[in-house]
Amino acid sequence: MPAAATVTDLSSKRKEPVYELTGVGKTYARNAVTALEGVTLTLTKGSFSSVIGSSGCGKSTLLKIMSGLIPPSSGRVILQNKPVRGPRRDIGMMFQQATLFPWRTTVENIVLPIEIRDGKAAAAKAREKATQLLEIVGLKGFENVYPNELSGGMAQRAAICRMLITEPAVLLLDEPFSALDELSREFMNMELQRICMEREATAFLVTHSIPEAVILSDVVYVMKPRPGRIAEVVEIDLPRPRTLDMITTPKFGALVERIRSRLDKEAFL
Amino acid sequence: MSVTEMHEKQRNDSADDTVWVEEVAWIDRVPAPVQMAFVFVVFVACWDLVTRFGLVSPIILPTPWETWRDILFVGNNLLTGGYMLPALWLTLKEVVYGFALAIAIGFTLGVIVGETSFGEKAIMPYLVAIDTMPKVAFAPLFVAWLGFGIESKVALAAFIATFAIVVGTAAGLHAADHNARMLFKTMGASRWQTLVKMKLPAGLPQIFTGLKIASVSVMAGAITGEFLGGGKGFGELIRTAAAQLNTPRVFSLILYLSIVGLALFLLVSYIQRRVVFWHKDRVMRGMD
Repeated sequence: MPAAATVTDLSSKRKEPVYELTGVGKTYARNAVTALEGVTLTLTKGSFSSVIGSSGCGKSTLLKIMSGLIPPSSGRVILQNKPVRGPRRDIGMMFQQATLFPWRTTVENIVLPIEIRDGKAAAAKAREKATQLLEIVGLKGFENVYPNELSGGMAQRAAICRMLITEPAVLLLDEPFSALDELSREFMNMELQRICMEREATAFLVTHSIPEAVILSDVVYVMKPRPGRIAEVVEIDLPRPRTLDMITTPKFGALVERIRSRLDKEAFL
Repeated sequence: MSVTEMHEKQRNDSADDTVWVEEVAWIDRVPAPVQMAFVFVVFVACWDLVTRFGLVSPIILPTPWETWRDILFVGNNLLTGGYMLPALWLTLKEVVYGFALAIAIGFTLGVIVGETSFGEKAIMPYLVAIDTMPKVAFAPLFVAWLGFGIESKVALAAFIATFAIVVGTAAGLHAADHNARMLFKTMGASRWQTLVKMKLPAGLPQIFTGLKIASVSVMAGAITGEFLGGGKGFGELIRTAAAQLNTPRVFSLILYLSIVGLALFLLVSYIQRRVVFWHKDRVMRGMD
């Protein structure tokens, strides 16, 4: 993986690594399918990386390994200098669906990770912090509202708060806004950038949308299936903060085109 | 001309002839209680005609008027603490105890079956097998085992009602979606936490559906128990009245029983609406 190595070297000179994967592979014993092979990547502090690829390229397997849900068959998975051996509180996750529980108010949903890990008393103390987070994502005053009164975008904002409440070292985002309409999605992507920049968060996004990957990321990993592997690493050197206007610039177009050309060859066979 | 003005103009142009109004069937404009009253009146009128012209022997089918008088008589007896009140009280106790027992057993079995793969693989098939049996046929057994007292009726009532709760609870525990499970895993939740904080609350709508079905069948169990096992309950009153060919009494006793059954059902529905406040149950909306 020479391309990956180059990027790693470049970034690690500037920033400390947070999450390091070395030669990570996954073979499912059940059907002897190699879902992932030789994935090496490094997420540096405050960086935003995306992985893009067709269905079945091993994106979700990679994300499951990185979130500690399943063990890899080979390779090393190191977060903050400690190997990942299961779910950890310094890993924050967000899914396609907001998955707020309708029997809990917004603030109760947000402090749920604290309640699970540290108990009810700690969760009660975390309410103040949850309120601050709600303010950051623009949901001030919705603390005691039940989720069925929130719109799709608002629910995802609350899910962002729930992810941030444990102050994770890395944010794993599994197509977080793909269930939203196009306009809300663009807007939420910009919001996500703002929140990540404010908190200097290290984020890793799985997406199907090339423009989304380009507008948000510092690095885009293009994955290919059979076996799932990183085929190319594309560095996005657009200035920060990114704006939606950048989508129409030639440079943006060129980056999108480059990623697309890498995907087209094998992805849809 | 702006777009708004064009719309305005179009509206004015078409105001007199081609306005397209959504049509509402006339029946939908009649309030639901009026529709229900209509069905009731037609039913009673047919009943009245059948008895008035002697199409059916009055011993088999009493007139509506006779039945109404007997309903008042039984109501009076119950309200003034007559001999029927202890009978109703006894049946009520059988129903409540039976329901409580069914909830305790049904919920426990439901959690075992819904939460463990052993329960699902090894216990559920037996439960399904028992559920397909005509459970009323077990009544003589319960009488033989537990005697002619309240115990055999409670046991039969619970036995008949339990399965709906097992199935409702087990189905409810499977109701939580994939995302919710993933989320709880990534939060490092224990099995107990996942069950109590996610699976059970997510399954409450199904659990309550089971409870509502059980609340209806528990009454049938208690009355069947009384028919076959004697005692001093309402079922015994019905049996006696039927043996004396006192059909108006049978009808009015059944009516009061159905009021008790309905009350239990509505109580469960009320609790459901309070507890599962986020879930709108379509079946219940008609009952509101």
